[in-house]
Amino acid sequence: MTRDQVAEELPNLAESKLTALVVDDSFVNQTIHQKLLNRLGIKNDVVTNGKEAVDVYCSGGNYDLILMDMDMPIMNGIQATKRLREMGIESKIAGVTTRANEGEKKEFMEAGLNDFQEKPLTISKLLSILHKLNFYVQT
Amino acid sequence: MICKNLFIGIAISNKLYIFFFSLLLPSRRVERAMDTLIAQLQRRFCDFTISLYHQGFLDDQFTELKKLQDECSPDFVAEVVTLFFEDCEKLISNMARALDQTGNVDFKLVGSSVHQLKGSSSSVGAKRVKGLCVTLKECCDSQNYEGCVRCLQQVDIEYKTLKAKLQDLFNLEQQIVQAGGRIPQVDI
Repeated sequence: MTRDQVAEELPNLAESKLTALVVDDSFVNQTIHQKLLNRLGIKNDVVTNGKEAVDVYCSGGNYDLILMDMDMPIMNGIQATKRLREMGIESKIAGVTTRANEGEKKEFMEAGLNDFQEKPLTISKLLSILHKLNFYVQT
Repeated sequence: MICKNLFIGIAISNKLYIFFFSLLLPSRRVERAMDTLIAQLQRRFCDFTISLYHQGFLDDQFTELKKLQDECSPDFVAEVVTLFFEDCEKLISNMARALDQTGNVDFKLVGSSVHQLKGSSSSVGAKRVKGLCVTLKECCDSQNYEGCVRCLQQVDIEYKTLKAKLQDLFNLEQQIVQAGGRIPQVDI
């Protein structure tokens, strides 16, 4: 999807100044997810596990959207999501994982996710997340 | 071009005119030769790309990566696949080491490593590598030692084959650009 097509799809996205946090231990996925977010004009940072995500928020950081991987060392996505919700964090959290098993998906959703997408992430999947989480503002 | 036209304009004798015309002719021939070379390289690029998909080396996710490549990040795909191949080397080495502990194999470690490799191969569209990771995970889950060893060897061969093929693809891209051409869009 070109920048013009993205702008047509989400005309207010550029003006919305959304921010996102990528939480993933894979450098491949970090690079791809950051590029996807950059393509949509969403300012973003990256951390490599759930504990680092929690630490960012403990230090006063805040993001509109968190793209949370499930399997990570030290603190996985389920634990990190639960912890963030316990802290009262209301950022939208979208789980992204290769695990498609219904039981695992249910456990991840119940931890406090707002949405779930199966990896690999693409522009269409990311747009679907943004639509579902009402980050698209109708003109 | 303007200078060459000016030379023709200035020419006052047949001999001078022929001299300037002969200066022009080689450069036109050179241009035609370059256009032919670019076309040949572009055709090779298209055929090679299509073959990588048809032979199952790559899938749609690789196409998605190419869509993300732009003027701001002209080497995006190459950077991502480089990270992937580094992952392959590290994770295959971890798994080989774990499998070397005959009688005391940590199948959980092997399982975790192959899950990571499956994830990154899926993210770059490395279809064959991903397929082998699925098989390896099954061998691991059933603690099938021989199956794991065999499968891991295949994963190693497969990622190295893909690495060589993608290097050829990137070389072709470079040759096209250096010849002054554009990388063609390939419809799969």
